[in-house]
Amino acid sequence: MLRNLLKKYDTTDLVMYLIGAVLAALVIYGSYQTLSSGKYSGEVWLDFIIFGLAQGSIYALIALGYTLVYGILFMINFAHGEVFMSGTFTAYFLAIYLDSTGFWNQHPIISILLALVVAVAVSTTIAVVLERIAYRPLRGAPRLVPLITAIGASFFLQYTFRGLYGSGVKTYPDVDALKGSWNIFGIEILKTQAVVIVASVILMVALRFYVQKTKAGRAMRAVAEDKEAAALMGIDVDRVIVNTFALGGASAAAAGIMYALIFKQVNAFMGFIPGIKAFTAAVLGGIGNLPGAMLGGLFLGVVESLGPSLVLDGLGIPAPYQLKDAIAFLMLVLVLIFRPSGIMGENLSEKKA
Amino acid sequence: MALLELENVHSYYGNIHALKGISLTVEQGEIVTLIGANGAGKSTTLKTISGIIDPRKGSVRLEGEDLVAYRAHEVVSKGVIQVPEGRRIFTRLTVRENLEMGAFLRNDTQEIKKDLEWVFSLFPRLEERQNQVGGTLSGGEQQMLATGRALMARPRILLMDEPSMGLAPVLVDLIFDTIKDLNEQGMTILLVEQNALLALDVADRGYVLETGMITLAGDAKELAANPQVKEAYLGG
Ligand SMILES: Nc1ncnc2c1ncn2[C@@H]1O[C@H](COP(=O)(O)OP(=O)(O)OP(=O)(O)O)[C@@H](O)[C@H]1O
Ligand SMILES: [Mg+2]
Repeated sequence: MLRNLLKKYDTTDLVMYLIGAVLAALVIYGSYQTLSSGKYSGEVWLDFIIFGLAQGSIYALIALGYTLVYGILFMINFAHGEVFMSGTFTAYFLAIYLDSTGFWNQHPIISILLALVVAVAVSTTIAVVLERIAYRPLRGAPRLVPLITAIGASFFLQYTFRGLYGSGVKTYPDVDALKGSWNIFGIEILKTQAVVIVASVILMVALRFYVQKTKAGRAMRAVAEDKEAAALMGIDVDRVIVNTFALGGASAAAAGIMYALIFKQVNAFMGFIPGIKAFTAAVLGGIGNLPGAMLGGLFLGVVESLGPSLVLDGLGIPAPYQLKDAIAFLMLVLVLIFRPSGIMGENLSEKKA
Repeated sequence: MALLELENVHSYYGNIHALKGISLTVEQGEIVTLIGANGAGKSTTLKTISGIIDPRKGSVRLEGEDLVAYRAHEVVSKGVIQVPEGRRIFTRLTVRENLEMGAFLRNDTQEIKKDLEWVFSLFPRLEERQNQVGGTLSGGEQQMLATGRALMARPRILLMDEPSMGLAPVLVDLIFDTIKDLNEQGMTILLVEQNALLALDVADRGYVLETGMITLAGDAKELAANPQVKEAYLGG
């Protein structure tokens, strides 16, 4: 019987599943320990989940850019984290200016919208320029080539922004109107987190509507499936590709402003970790799959927020929060090993054909 | 002036010289067929007309206007519409969305609606399946969809690349009946086929393509009777 089993699964498979089983056991054991110790109250868990959702909505909005571009060009735009950074970082200067005149806290809604406009303008421009000068000339080249270019572009943007705006960490001004919390159905929710969750849900619904229901969205889906056939319908394929980058850039900029509301601090390297996390979210949801990226982002945010206290604490690991990023990347590795098509994804190789 | 005229067209894939000086004309209201064996360059000819491939030499003219400088989507706006080889329908879009894609450049909502009704009357099967995604259709239904999608653009000339490919005989008949009907309603058609017998039967004129060159041209009935054609393409 063992021999039959061995025939069916080769040794690497077995080792993989062993690792999987061990991890699953650790997760269950750790969670059990934590929960039975009663160290955290129900309210604390709820806070973790809400924070995870807020953080996850930011990942989700960034992930949309990865997934949209992948869906159309089968390329991973690794400079997308820097697209996110560039808008957020630039809008910071508007924010402190408005703050210095007192406008920022007199008209918080208008101020945040203005910052959003600036961030969207900058991120969108950079995304579009990136496509035009770094990726378009390489269309049709082997897939590794634009990937390397993207990594190069990513460093270029990081160091350009460091050169332009300085290397220090800058802090967005506080929004007084968003201090404290609201009581919604008996649940205390920090105002910033509530705003972030609601705004990103609205944006995601709008984007989904755009892609599914409008003529431009239909053209985008047609181009994603078959560029030559799309051109034979009269669709300007290059323009659709530019629009796709622009849309990804705008979502990343929106994510950036939400990031600034929650975390306040910005610098030239701030795009790296959220960028990789969002990429993880896109892979989790099945890259190229729009609802997948949204759910992947929310899921990752919640796991990352709950994981340290729920699992690691129970395992007796000291300072579990330091390992938050490790959890996210462990998930990326696990998904790539066990389900490379993502939780909701179709088979990548099939889609490529 | 001919509706469509190719003059001394040379097209390449990298270093492969696929079209070696093609000249042909299609007059308003005609069905012209381009026949030839695998790899002769039939699809390449249509791709060159549609602007998917730029010829290195020669001209493609629509009522005298040179199309070579236009990109593929601009050629569509001139009314040159192709039903590509292998159908190339959008498998993840619904049947209805596929048909709407055909009308992508049009803004006359009322007329589009009428044309949709017309396509549904030509292919009732498509109406029944309008909310299904394209990928779930059978081969024959996909050919109907690809044809209907092209008609939604209101072509001035319809380029069809091997519409009979892989279809059961009943469906081939249906598609060819549709081609004849469309032509009777005034549609100009350039038909590429490997099934020379069928193609020459519906066409007014024909061209025989061999390894990138036109070797024979003439009236469809005469070509069908030509011993060389009979031997090479009509099974003796
Ligand atoms: N994308 C391509 N890259 C390189 N060569 C190509 C390409 N497409 C076609 N060719 C070559 O160009 C020549 C003409 O091909 P084409 O597709 O036009 O033939 P065809 O007459 O349509 O054949 P079929 O009846 O099989 O469809 C062939 O030799 C083919 O191998
Ligand atoms: Mg062909």
